[in-house]
Amino acid sequence: MYDFFFVLIPRHMPYLLEGALVTLELSITSMAFALVLGILVALGRLSDRALLARPLDAYVEIWRDVPLVVQLLVIYFTLPQIGIRLPGFWAGVLGLSLNLGAYLSEVFRAAITSIDDGQREAGLSIGMSRTMIYSRVILPQALRIALPTVGGYFISLLKDSSLVSFIAVNELLRHGTIVISSTFRSMEIYLMVAMIYFVMSFTASRLVARLEFILTPKHLRRNVPTVAPTPLDALPAAHTSTSTP
Amino acid sequence: MSQPHSAQEDLITVRQLRKAYGATYVLKGVDLKVKRGEVSFIIGPSGGGKSTLLRCLNFLVKPSGGEIIFGDRRLCHEDGNTFHVVPERELRDARSRMPMVFQHFNLFNHRTVLENVIEGPTRVQKRNKEEAIAEARVILDKVGLLERQDFYPDQLSGGQKQRVAIARAMAMRPQLILFDEPTSALDPELVSGILDTIRQLAVEGMTMVVVSHEMKFARRLADRVHFVAEGIVVESGTPERVFDAPESDRLKGFISSILH
Repeated sequence: MYDFFFVLIPRHMPYLLEGALVTLELSITSMAFALVLGILVALGRLSDRALLARPLDAYVEIWRDVPLVVQLLVIYFTLPQIGIRLPGFWAGVLGLSLNLGAYLSEVFRAAITSIDDGQREAGLSIGMSRTMIYSRVILPQALRIALPTVGGYFISLLKDSSLVSFIAVNELLRHGTIVISSTFRSMEIYLMVAMIYFVMSFTASRLVARLEFILTPKHLRRNVPTVAPTPLDALPAAHTSTSTP
Repeated sequence: MSQPHSAQEDLITVRQLRKAYGATYVLKGVDLKVKRGEVSFIIGPSGGGKSTLLRCLNFLVKPSGGEIIFGDRRLCHEDGNTFHVVPERELRDARSRMPMVFQHFNLFNHRTVLENVIEGPTRVQKRNKEEAIAEARVILDKVGLLERQDFYPDQLSGGQKQRVAIARAMAMRPQLILFDEPTSALDPELVSGILDTIRQLAVEGMTMVVVSHEMKFARRLADRVHFVAEGIVVESGTPERVFDAPESDRLKGFISSILH
Protein backbone atom coordinates (compact mmCIF):
# COMPACT_ATOMS: atom_id res chain seq x y z
CA MET A 1 0.00 0.00 0.00
CA TYR A 2 1.28 3.41 -1.02
CA ASP A 3 2.38 5.47 1.90
CA PHE A 4 0.43 8.70 1.51
CA PHE A 5 2.28 11.54 3.14
CA PHE A 6 -0.61 13.31 4.84
CA VAL A 7 1.82 15.51 6.63
CA LEU A 8 2.50 17.22 3.29
CA ILE A 9 -0.98 18.70 3.29
CA PRO A 10 -0.67 21.15 6.18
CA ARG A 11 2.97 21.74 5.40
CA HIS A 12 2.50 22.85 1.79
CA MET A 13 -1.10 23.97 1.65
CA PRO A 14 -0.38 27.64 2.50
CA TYR A 15 2.14 27.87 -0.35
CA LEU A 16 -0.27 26.23 -2.79
CA LEU A 17 -3.10 28.52 -1.69
CA GLU A 18 -0.82 31.46 -2.29
CA GLY A 19 -0.51 30.19 -5.87
CA ALA A 20 -4.26 29.68 -6.04
CA LEU A 21 -4.74 33.33 -5.12
CA VAL A 22 -2.54 34.32 -8.08
CA THR A 23 -4.59 31.97 -10.28
CA LEU A 24 -7.75 33.77 -9.17
CA GLU A 25 -6.23 37.23 -9.71
CA LEU A 26 -4.97 36.17 -13.11
CA SER A 27 -8.34 34.73 -14.13
CA ILE A 28 -10.50 37.57 -12.86
CA THR A 29 -8.27 40.26 -14.37
CA SER A 30 -8.10 38.44 -17.71
CA MET A 31 -11.86 37.87 -17.66
CA ALA A 32 -12.53 41.57 -17.12
CA PHE A 33 -10.36 42.52 -20.10
CA ALA A 34 -11.72 39.69 -22.23
CA LEU A 35 -15.32 40.74 -21.57
CA VAL A 36 -14.70 44.30 -22.70
CA LEU A 37 -12.63 43.09 -25.65
CA GLY A 38 -15.20 40.47 -26.60
CA ILE A 39 -18.11 42.95 -26.62
CA LEU A 40 -16.16 45.59 -28.55
CA VAL A 41 -14.92 43.06 -31.12
CA ALA A 42 -18.43 41.64 -31.53
CA LEU A 43 -19.85 45.14 -32.12
CA GLY A 44 -17.01 45.93 -34.50
CA ARG A 45 -17.55 42.78 -36.52
CA LEU A 46 -21.27 43.46 -36.73
CA SER A 47 -20.75 47.01 -37.97
CA ASP A 48 -21.10 47.61 -41.68
CA ARG A 49 -17.66 49.21 -41.84
CA ALA A 50 -15.50 46.62 -43.58
CA LEU A 51 -12.34 48.46 -42.61
CA LEU A 52 -13.18 47.73 -38.99
CA ALA A 53 -14.91 44.37 -39.36
CA ARG A 54 -12.46 42.46 -41.60
CA PRO A 55 -9.32 42.96 -39.44
CA LEU A 56 -11.37 41.90 -36.41
CA ASP A 57 -12.50 38.79 -38.29
CA ALA A 58 -8.83 38.03 -38.89
CA TYR A 59 -7.99 38.56 -35.20
CA VAL A 60 -10.68 36.12 -34.08
CA GLU A 61 -9.67 33.55 -36.67
CA ILE A 62 -5.95 33.70 -35.90
CA TRP A 63 -6.36 33.58 -32.13
CA ARG A 64 -8.70 30.64 -32.31
CA ASP A 65 -6.38 28.69 -34.58
CA VAL A 66 -3.20 28.78 -32.46
CA PRO A 67 -2.87 26.81 -29.21
CA LEU A 68 -3.13 29.00 -26.13
CA VAL A 69 0.18 27.82 -24.70
CA VAL A 70 1.92 28.77 -27.95
CA GLN A 71 0.27 32.19 -27.86
CA LEU A 72 1.54 32.72 -24.33
CA LEU A 73 5.07 31.69 -25.28
CA VAL A 74 5.05 33.93 -28.34
CA ILE A 75 3.87 36.91 -26.30
CA TYR A 76 6.32 36.23 -23.50
CA PHE A 77 9.33 35.91 -25.80
CA THR A 78 8.38 38.39 -28.53
CA LEU A 79 7.43 41.46 -26.52
CA PRO A 80 10.94 41.98 -25.02
CA GLN A 81 12.36 41.86 -28.56
CA ILE A 82 10.27 44.88 -29.52
CA GLY A 83 11.18 46.70 -26.35
CA ILE A 84 8.14 45.91 -24.22
CA ARG A 85 9.01 44.39 -20.88
CA LEU A 86 5.98 43.04 -19.10
CA PRO A 87 6.11 41.22 -15.77
CA GLY A 88 5.13 37.56 -16.20
CA PHE A 89 1.75 38.17 -14.56
CA TRP A 90 0.78 40.87 -17.06
CA ALA A 91 2.14 38.93 -20.01
CA GLY A 92 -0.14 36.14 -18.80
CA VAL A 93 -3.10 38.50 -18.50
CA LEU A 94 -2.42 39.84 -22.00
CA GLY A 95 -2.22 36.36 -23.49
CA LEU A 96 -5.28 35.02 -21.71
CA SER A 97 -7.36 38.16 -22.46
CA LEU A 98 -6.54 38.20 -26.15
CA ASN A 99 -7.33 34.51 -26.41
CA LEU A 100 -10.56 34.57 -24.45
CA GLY A 101 -11.61 37.86 -26.07
CA ALA A 102 -11.60 36.11 -29.45
CA TYR A 103 -13.88 33.35 -28.17
CA LEU A 104 -16.16 35.67 -26.23
CA SER A 105 -16.61 37.93 -29.25
CA GLU A 106 -18.19 34.95 -31.01
CA VAL A 107 -20.47 34.31 -28.03
CA PHE A 108 -21.55 37.96 -27.93
CA ARG A 109 -21.96 38.14 -31.68
CA ALA A 110 -24.31 35.16 -31.61
CA ALA A 111 -26.23 36.58 -28.63
CA ILE A 112 -26.60 40.00 -30.26
CA THR A 113 -27.82 38.59 -33.56
CA SER A 114 -30.33 36.43 -31.69
CA ILE A 115 -32.22 39.56 -30.60
CA ASP A 116 -34.84 40.01 -33.28
CA ASP A 117 -34.27 42.97 -35.56
CA GLY A 118 -37.76 44.28 -34.85
CA GLN A 119 -36.65 45.61 -31.48
CA ARG A 120 -33.88 47.60 -33.17
CA GLU A 121 -36.43 48.98 -35.62
CA ALA A 122 -38.80 49.81 -32.77
CA GLY A 123 -35.99 51.73 -31.05
CA LEU A 124 -35.24 53.63 -34.24
CA SER A 125 -38.94 54.33 -34.77
CA ILE A 126 -39.19 56.27 -31.51
CA GLY A 127 -36.04 58.24 -32.29
CA MET A 128 -33.43 56.31 -30.32
CA SER A 129 -29.82 56.56 -31.46
CA ARG A 130 -27.83 53.48 -32.38
CA THR A 131 -25.78 53.76 -29.19
CA MET A 132 -28.95 54.04 -27.13
CA ILE A 133 -30.49 51.04 -28.89
CA TYR A 134 -27.42 48.96 -28.11
CA SER A 135 -27.09 50.06 -24.51
CA ARG A 136 -30.80 50.08 -23.63
CA VAL A 137 -32.33 47.38 -25.80
CA ILE A 138 -29.94 44.93 -27.42
CA LEU A 139 -27.03 44.47 -25.01
CA PRO A 140 -29.12 44.00 -21.83
CA GLN A 141 -30.91 41.12 -23.53
CA ALA A 142 -27.87 39.76 -25.37
CA LEU A 143 -25.71 39.72 -22.23
CA ARG A 144 -28.32 37.74 -20.36
CA ILE A 145 -28.44 35.23 -23.20
CA ALA A 146 -24.63 35.05 -23.29
CA LEU A 147 -24.22 34.67 -19.52
CA PRO A 148 -24.28 30.85 -19.20
CA THR A 149 -21.77 30.44 -22.03
CA VAL A 150 -19.57 33.24 -20.71
CA GLY A 151 -19.72 31.65 -17.28
CA GLY A 152 -18.56 28.38 -18.82
CA TYR A 153 -15.64 30.18 -20.43
CA PHE A 154 -14.71 31.69 -17.07
CA ILE A 155 -14.51 28.24 -15.54
CA SER A 156 -12.37 27.10 -18.47
CA LEU A 157 -10.19 30.14 -17.91
CA LEU A 158 -9.62 29.25 -14.26
CA LYS A 159 -8.23 25.94 -15.43
CA ASP A 160 -6.49 27.13 -18.62
CA SER A 161 -4.67 29.79 -16.63
CA SER A 162 -2.47 26.91 -15.43
CA LEU A 163 -0.74 27.16 -18.82
CA VAL A 164 0.69 30.45 -17.67
CA SER A 165 3.06 28.40 -15.48
CA PHE A 166 4.95 27.86 -18.77
CA ILE A 167 5.98 31.49 -18.71
CA ALA A 168 7.07 31.37 -15.08
CA VAL A 169 4.08 33.03 -13.46
CA ASN A 170 3.85 31.85 -9.87
CA GLU A 171 0.31 30.59 -9.96
CA LEU A 172 -1.14 27.42 -8.50
CA LEU A 173 0.30 24.80 -10.84
CA ARG A 174 3.75 26.36 -10.79
CA HIS A 175 3.75 26.45 -7.01
CA GLY A 176 2.82 22.78 -7.16
CA THR A 177 5.75 21.89 -9.41
CA ILE A 178 8.08 23.94 -7.23
CA VAL A 179 7.00 21.96 -4.17
CA ILE A 180 7.41 18.69 -6.09
CA SER A 181 10.94 19.57 -7.14
CA SER A 182 11.94 19.80 -3.48
CA THR A 183 9.79 16.99 -2.04
CA PHE A 184 9.62 14.52 -4.97
CA ARG A 185 6.04 13.79 -3.87
CA SER A 186 4.28 14.20 -7.20
CA MET A 187 1.11 12.32 -6.40
CA GLU A 188 0.24 14.09 -3.14
CA ILE A 189 1.00 17.53 -4.45
CA TYR A 190 -0.78 17.09 -7.79
CA LEU A 191 -3.78 15.71 -5.93
CA MET A 192 -3.80 18.78 -3.73
CA VAL A 193 -3.45 21.04 -6.76
CA ALA A 194 -6.29 19.18 -8.47
CA MET A 195 -8.47 19.54 -5.40
CA ILE A 196 -7.87 23.27 -5.16
CA TYR A 197 -8.71 23.69 -8.88
CA PHE A 198 -11.87 21.68 -8.35
CA VAL A 199 -13.02 23.74 -5.36
CA MET A 200 -12.38 27.00 -7.23
CA SER A 201 -14.12 25.88 -10.43
CA PHE A 202 -17.04 24.32 -8.60
CA THR A 203 -17.59 27.48 -6.56
CA ALA A 204 -17.36 29.56 -9.71
CA SER A 205 -19.92 27.41 -11.49
CA ARG A 206 -22.34 27.73 -8.52
CA LEU A 207 -21.86 31.50 -8.55
CA VAL A 208 -22.55 31.67 -12.29
CA ALA A 209 -25.73 29.63 -11.85
CA ARG A 210 -26.81 31.95 -9.04
CA LEU A 211 -26.10 35.04 -11.14
CA GLU A 212 -28.03 33.55 -14.03
CA PHE A 213 -30.99 33.00 -11.74
CA ILE A 214 -30.86 36.54 -10.32
CA LEU A 215 -30.67 38.12 -13.77
CA THR A 216 -33.65 36.18 -15.10
CA PRO A 217 -36.92 38.08 -14.66
CA LYS A 218 -39.16 36.33 -12.15
CA HIS A 219 -41.77 35.18 -14.63
CA LEU A 220 -39.13 33.50 -16.80
CA ARG A 221 -37.52 31.47 -14.01
CA ARG A 222 -38.16 27.88 -14.96
CA ASN A 223 -37.14 24.53 -13.52
CA VAL A 224 -37.06 26.06 -10.09
CA PRO A 225 -40.35 24.95 -8.58
CA THR A 226 -40.81 26.73 -5.26
CA VAL A 227 -43.83 24.62 -4.43
CA ALA A 228 -44.63 21.09 -5.53
CA PRO A 229 -46.99 21.19 -8.51
CA THR A 230 -50.56 20.18 -7.74
CA PRO A 231 -51.41 16.77 -9.22
CA LEU A 232 -53.77 17.17 -12.15
CA ASP A 233 -56.52 14.98 -10.70
CA ALA A 234 -56.57 17.11 -7.54
CA LEU A 235 -57.66 20.16 -9.50
CA PRO A 236 -61.35 21.01 -9.74
CA ALA A 237 -62.52 20.55 -13.32
CA ALA A 238 -63.44 24.19 -13.76
CA HIS A 239 -59.86 25.28 -13.14
CA THR A 240 -58.16 23.04 -15.63
CA SER A 241 -58.60 25.35 -18.57
CA THR A 242 -56.71 28.61 -18.51
CA SER A 243 -57.15 31.31 -21.05
CA THR A 244 -55.60 34.67 -21.61
CA PRO A 245 -58.08 37.43 -22.20
CA MET B 1 -44.58 80.88 -45.95
CA SER B 2 -46.21 79.72 -42.75
CA GLN B 3 -49.64 78.29 -43.00
CA PRO B 4 -52.33 78.35 -40.33
CA HIS B 5 -52.50 75.28 -38.13
CA SER B 6 -55.53 73.83 -39.84
CA ALA B 7 -56.80 70.48 -41.00
CA GLN B 8 -55.88 71.49 -44.52
CA GLU B 9 -52.18 71.73 -43.79
CA ASP B 10 -49.96 69.11 -45.43
CA LEU B 11 -48.07 67.23 -42.74
CA ILE B 12 -46.30 64.99 -45.21
CA THR B 13 -45.53 65.61 -48.83
CA VAL B 14 -43.83 62.93 -50.88
CA ARG B 15 -42.65 63.59 -54.41
CA GLN B 16 -41.22 61.09 -56.87
CA LEU B 17 -40.00 58.83 -54.06
CA ARG B 18 -37.91 55.93 -55.32
CA LYS B 19 -36.33 52.94 -53.62
CA ALA B 20 -34.09 50.44 -55.34
CA TYR B 21 -32.66 47.20 -54.01
CA GLY B 22 -29.77 46.59 -56.36
CA ALA B 23 -31.22 47.10 -59.82
CA THR B 24 -34.80 46.40 -58.76
CA TYR B 25 -37.00 49.38 -58.10
CA VAL B 26 -39.56 48.66 -55.37
CA LEU B 27 -40.79 52.26 -55.40
CA LYS B 28 -40.77 53.89 -58.80
CA GLY B 29 -41.77 57.45 -58.09
CA VAL B 30 -44.41 57.76 -55.40
CA ASP B 31 -46.37 60.99 -54.94
CA LEU B 32 -48.35 61.28 -51.72
CA LYS B 33 -49.77 63.94 -49.44
CA VAL B 34 -50.98 63.50 -45.89
CA LYS B 35 -52.91 66.32 -44.30
CA ARG B 36 -52.84 67.07 -40.60
CA GLY B 37 -55.62 65.23 -38.78
CA GLU B 38 -56.23 62.90 -41.69
CA VAL B 39 -56.37 59.11 -41.61
CA SER B 40 -54.76 57.67 -44.73
CA PHE B 41 -54.90 54.02 -45.65
CA ILE B 42 -52.41 52.49 -48.02
CA ILE B 43 -53.83 49.41 -49.69
CA GLY B 44 -52.69 47.22 -52.52
CA PRO B 45 -51.39 43.79 -53.49
CA SER B 46 -48.52 42.09 -51.64
CA GLY B 47 -45.12 43.07 -52.94
CA GLY B 48 -46.49 46.28 -54.39
CA GLY B 49 -44.33 48.48 -52.15
CA LYS B 50 -46.80 49.45 -49.39
CA SER B 51 -44.54 48.61 -46.45
CA THR B 52 -41.45 49.95 -48.17
CA LEU B 53 -43.26 53.25 -48.75
CA LEU B 54 -44.25 53.46 -45.09
CA ARG B 55 -40.72 52.62 -43.95
CA CYS B 56 -39.22 55.22 -46.26
CA LEU B 57 -41.33 57.91 -44.55
CA ASN B 58 -39.40 57.47 -41.29
CA PHE B 59 -36.19 56.31 -42.99
CA LEU B 60 -36.19 52.83 -41.49
CA VAL B 61 -35.57 52.13 -45.14
CA LYS B 62 -33.38 54.71 -46.83
CA PRO B 63 -34.95 55.93 -50.07
CA SER B 64 -32.86 56.02 -53.24
CA GLY B 65 -34.33 59.25 -54.60
CA GLY B 66 -37.15 61.74 -54.40
CA GLU B 67 -38.34 64.22 -51.84
CA ILE B 68 -39.99 63.88 -48.42
CA ILE B 69 -41.23 66.90 -46.49
CA PHE B 70 -42.42 66.35 -42.93
CA GLY B 71 -43.99 69.38 -41.27
CA ASP B 72 -41.60 72.23 -41.91
CA ARG B 73 -38.58 70.00 -42.50
CA ARG B 74 -37.42 68.64 -45.82
CA LEU B 75 -35.93 65.25 -44.92
CA CYS B 76 -34.56 64.39 -48.33
CA HIS B 77 -34.46 65.85 -51.80
CA GLU B 78 -32.62 65.68 -55.07
CA ASP B 79 -30.34 68.35 -56.42
CA GLY B 80 -29.37 67.52 -59.96
CA ASN B 81 -27.93 64.03 -59.72
CA THR B 82 -27.22 64.11 -56.00
CA PHE B 83 -29.61 62.75 -53.42
CA HIS B 84 -29.47 64.62 -50.12
CA VAL B 85 -30.70 63.27 -46.77
CA VAL B 86 -30.62 65.36 -43.60
CA PRO B 87 -28.11 64.21 -40.93
CA GLU B 88 -28.98 61.23 -38.73
CA ARG B 89 -29.67 63.51 -35.75
CA GLU B 90 -32.48 65.25 -37.65
CA LEU B 91 -33.83 61.92 -38.86
CA ARG B 92 -34.00 60.75 -35.24
CA ASP B 93 -35.88 63.87 -34.30
CA ALA B 94 -38.32 63.32 -37.15
CA ARG B 95 -38.78 59.66 -36.22
CA SER B 96 -39.57 60.56 -32.62
CA ARG B 97 -42.44 62.69 -33.93
CA MET B 98 -43.83 59.95 -36.22
CA PRO B 99 -43.45 56.66 -34.35
CA MET B 100 -44.40 53.40 -36.01
CA VAL B 101 -46.58 50.51 -34.90
CA PHE B 102 -45.36 47.23 -36.38
CA GLN B 103 -47.00 44.06 -37.60
CA HIS B 104 -45.06 42.00 -35.06
CA PHE B 105 -45.38 44.52 -32.19
CA ASN B 106 -41.62 44.72 -31.60
CA LEU B 107 -41.89 45.47 -27.91
CA PHE B 108 -38.73 45.62 -25.80
CA ASN B 109 -38.94 42.14 -24.33
CA HIS B 110 -36.82 42.79 -21.25
CA ARG B 111 -38.94 45.72 -20.12
CA THR B 112 -42.34 45.84 -18.53
CA VAL B 113 -45.37 47.37 -20.22
CA LEU B 114 -44.85 50.66 -18.39
CA GLU B 115 -41.11 50.70 -19.11
CA ASN B 116 -41.81 50.12 -22.80
CA VAL B 117 -44.11 53.12 -22.85
CA ILE B 118 -41.83 55.55 -20.97
CA GLU B 119 -38.62 54.58 -22.77
CA GLY B 120 -39.07 57.13 -25.55
CA PRO B 121 -40.36 60.02 -23.43
CA THR B 122 -37.62 59.67 -20.80
CA ARG B 123 -34.65 58.63 -22.93
CA VAL B 124 -35.27 60.29 -26.29
CA GLN B 125 -37.27 63.33 -25.24
CA LYS B 126 -35.52 63.58 -21.85
CA ARG B 127 -38.78 64.30 -20.10
CA ASN B 128 -39.13 64.11 -16.35
CA LYS B 129 -39.60 60.48 -15.32
CA GLU B 130 -42.46 61.00 -12.86
CA GLU B 131 -44.40 63.04 -15.41
CA ALA B 132 -43.70 60.48 -18.12
CA ILE B 133 -44.98 57.71 -15.86
CA ALA B 134 -48.12 59.67 -15.00
CA GLU B 135 -48.80 60.32 -18.68
CA ALA B 136 -48.02 56.71 -19.62
CA ARG B 137 -50.56 55.50 -17.06
CA VAL B 138 -53.23 57.72 -18.57
CA ILE B 139 -52.43 56.31 -22.02
CA LEU B 140 -52.35 52.72 -20.76
CA ASP B 141 -55.70 53.29 -19.11
CA LYS B 142 -57.04 54.56 -22.43
CA VAL B 143 -55.94 51.39 -24.26
CA GLY B 144 -57.28 49.29 -21.36
CA LEU B 145 -53.97 47.96 -20.08
CA LEU B 146 -53.34 49.92 -16.91
CA GLU B 147 -53.67 46.84 -14.74
CA ARG B 148 -51.02 45.14 -16.91
CA GLN B 149 -48.42 47.88 -16.47
CA ASP B 150 -45.94 45.66 -14.62
CA PHE B 151 -46.27 42.68 -16.96
CA TYR B 152 -43.59 41.66 -19.43
CA PRO B 153 -44.43 41.38 -23.14
CA ASP B 154 -44.34 37.59 -23.19
CA GLN B 155 -47.04 37.52 -20.50
CA LEU B 156 -49.44 39.31 -22.86
CA SER B 157 -51.67 38.19 -25.72
CA GLY B 158 -50.97 39.45 -29.22
CA GLY B 159 -53.76 41.99 -29.00
CA GLN B 160 -52.48 43.31 -25.69
CA LYS B 161 -48.94 43.55 -27.08
CA GLN B 162 -50.18 45.60 -30.00
CA ARG B 163 -52.07 47.94 -27.69
CA VAL B 164 -48.86 48.44 -25.70
CA ALA B 165 -47.08 49.22 -28.97
CA ILE B 166 -49.76 51.80 -29.78
CA ALA B 167 -49.41 53.24 -26.27
CA ARG B 168 -45.64 53.44 -26.78
CA ALA B 169 -46.23 55.43 -29.96
CA MET B 170 -48.82 57.70 -28.32
CA ALA B 171 -46.47 58.45 -25.42
CA MET B 172 -44.18 60.23 -27.89
CA ARG B 173 -46.89 62.93 -28.26
CA PRO B 174 -46.56 62.29 -31.99
CA GLN B 175 -47.66 64.44 -34.88
CA LEU B 176 -48.33 61.29 -36.85
CA ILE B 177 -48.43 57.55 -36.20
CA LEU B 178 -47.41 55.05 -38.86
CA PHE B 179 -49.08 51.63 -38.77
CA ASP B 180 -47.48 48.76 -40.67
CA GLU B 181 -50.17 46.09 -41.00
CA PRO B 182 -51.06 46.36 -37.31
CA THR B 183 -53.56 43.49 -37.31
CA SER B 184 -51.94 41.03 -39.73
CA ALA B 185 -50.19 38.99 -37.03
CA LEU B 186 -53.23 38.76 -34.76
CA ASP B 187 -55.74 36.00 -34.25
CA PRO B 188 -59.03 36.99 -35.89
CA GLU B 189 -60.85 37.49 -32.59
CA LEU B 190 -58.22 39.99 -31.42
CA VAL B 191 -58.35 42.18 -34.52
CA SER B 192 -61.41 44.20 -33.57
CA GLY B 193 -59.84 45.35 -30.29
CA ILE B 194 -56.92 46.90 -32.16
CA LEU B 195 -59.19 48.42 -34.77
CA ASP B 196 -61.24 49.99 -31.95
CA THR B 197 -58.09 51.52 -30.48
CA ILE B 198 -57.11 52.96 -33.85
CA ARG B 199 -60.65 54.26 -34.36
CA GLN B 200 -60.51 55.98 -30.98
CA LEU B 201 -57.27 57.70 -32.06
CA ALA B 202 -58.92 58.80 -35.30
CA VAL B 203 -61.81 60.31 -33.36
CA GLU B 204 -59.31 62.28 -31.29
CA GLY B 205 -57.89 63.73 -34.50
CA MET B 206 -54.57 61.86 -34.62
CA THR B 207 -52.93 61.90 -38.03
CA MET B 208 -52.29 58.33 -39.12
CA VAL B 209 -50.93 56.48 -42.11
CA VAL B 210 -52.06 52.87 -42.04
CA VAL B 211 -50.90 50.03 -44.27
CA SER B 212 -53.65 47.45 -43.91
CA HIS B 213 -55.53 44.59 -45.49
CA GLU B 214 -58.65 45.39 -43.47
CA MET B 215 -60.70 46.80 -46.33
CA LYS B 216 -63.97 47.18 -44.43
CA PHE B 217 -62.12 49.05 -41.77
CA ALA B 218 -60.37 51.25 -44.32
CA ARG B 219 -63.70 52.12 -45.89
CA ARG B 220 -65.20 53.15 -42.54
CA LEU B 221 -62.26 54.97 -41.04
CA ALA B 222 -60.13 56.40 -43.83
CA ASP B 223 -60.29 60.00 -44.98
CA ARG B 224 -58.17 59.03 -47.95
CA VAL B 225 -57.21 55.73 -49.48
CA HIS B 226 -54.07 55.29 -51.57
CA PHE B 227 -53.86 52.27 -53.82
CA VAL B 228 -50.23 51.28 -54.27
CA ALA B 229 -49.17 48.70 -56.84
CA GLU B 230 -45.93 47.99 -58.69
CA GLY B 231 -44.12 50.76 -56.89
CA ILE B 232 -46.42 53.70 -57.58
CA VAL B 233 -49.60 55.24 -56.16
CA VAL B 234 -52.04 54.16 -58.83
CA GLU B 235 -55.11 55.92 -57.44
CA SER B 236 -55.95 58.06 -54.44
CA GLY B 237 -59.21 59.36 -53.14
CA THR B 238 -61.96 59.09 -50.60
CA PRO B 239 -62.87 55.51 -49.66
CA GLU B 240 -66.12 55.84 -51.66
CA ARG B 241 -64.20 56.99 -54.72
CA VAL B 242 -61.59 54.26 -54.48
CA PHE B 243 -63.80 51.34 -53.50
CA ASP B 244 -67.00 52.19 -55.40
CA ALA B 245 -65.72 53.95 -58.47
CA PRO B 246 -62.24 52.63 -59.27
CA GLU B 247 -60.87 54.01 -62.51
CA SER B 248 -57.77 51.99 -63.33
CA ASP B 249 -57.97 48.36 -64.39
CA ARG B 250 -55.43 47.46 -61.74
CA LEU B 251 -57.55 48.85 -58.91
CA LYS B 252 -60.71 47.30 -60.39
CA GLY B 253 -58.91 43.96 -60.49
CA PHE B 254 -57.66 44.36 -56.92
CA ILE B 255 -61.09 45.24 -55.57
CA SER B 256 -62.82 42.38 -57.30
CA SER B 257 -60.11 40.00 -56.06
CA ILE B 258 -60.73 40.98 -52.43
CA LEU B 259 -64.50 40.86 -52.80
CA HIS B 260 -64.60 37.38 -54.28
